[in-house]
Amino acid sequence: MVSVESESQSGSALLASAVKILIAGGFGVGKTTMVGSVSEITPLSTEEMLTEVSVGVDDLVGIEDKTTTTVALDFGRITINPELILYLFGTPGQGRFWFMWDELAFGALGAVVLADTRRLDSCFPSIDFFERREVPFIVAVNCFEDAEFYRVDEVRQALAISQDVPIVLCDVRQRESSKRVLLSLLEYIIALAAAEAQAPAPAEEPATT
Amino acid sequence: MSSDDESWYDEAAGPLVRPYAVTRGRTRPAASQLNMITLVVTVRAEIDTSELDAECVAILRLCQRPLSVAEVAAQLDLPLVVVKVLLSDLIESGSIIFRPPVQATRVPDKNLLQAVLDGVRRI
Repeated sequence: MVSVESESQSGSALLASAVKILIAGGFGVGKTTMVGSVSEITPLSTEEMLTEVSVGVDDLVGIEDKTTTTVALDFGRITINPELILYLFGTPGQGRFWFMWDELAFGALGAVVLADTRRLDSCFPSIDFFERREVPFIVAVNCFEDAEFYRVDEVRQALAISQDVPIVLCDVRQRESSKRVLLSLLEYIIALAAAEAQAPAPAEEPATT
Repeated sequence: MSSDDESWYDEAAGPLVRPYAVTRGRTRPAASQLNMITLVVTVRAEIDTSELDAECVAILRLCQRPLSVAEVAAQLDLPLVVVKVLLSDLIESGSIIFRPPVQATRVPDKNLLQAVLDGVRRI
């Protein structure tokens, strides 16, 4: 058997830590495309098992008779600096995989909800989830070529989200466009953090419309 | 009918070897702090791998540079729960060390957010 030799760089590597941002939205809205357009690695896929224990949490139509199944998670990586790595996770299908969202959302800096104007309702569950968990999110409208053009205020009205939540238009196939979406999210999170710092006594209930 | 209702065939249906066989029936990692973006790295300079399972040897090789638990799972094509069990064994034996992710508190650290923003600007 071969012995494993470790490299001397491990010392500095110990200092590295990781943060994550989630890319959510309905099926086929471009989550994996967006992860791939900004990731420094080809998006990887890993699977988590949905076991009996997790069954019964939510909508399990179609898999009631199974005791285990798996859910694929696509993710990418951006090395921010030698001490910090950003992971981007595409969220799995909504509905039957909510149990995965809890682990995904735990400790996430924030989320991008990708929307397709041809079926805006497909991003409602993501928006509800992040609002409930108080995970900061922005909405990015992926502009598909055959989709009708809507103005940002029309999208905002249709999604019934607060004026404070940024809505941006994007084409996630373009690296620069995906990058701008991430920057918008980060600027929004920084603004939220600054506002919280100004008002040390946090309101119990966030303002709703 | 939603497109979420597709069936799984072939590779999508998962491995034929029951994952629990790899972990000898254990399902709960000893180091329960491991999550998907916990970073792990191999630390031991010389390890006798003759006693180790092939999967553990593969993990030690892979983690010569820091990787997240999710990356290890993806590279080895094993479910996350299985990789967490194997990693916790390696952590307990001192071959692997881990670094929990930066905990985003209710208000994340301003310097951390700024670093991420600057980093994304550079890509």
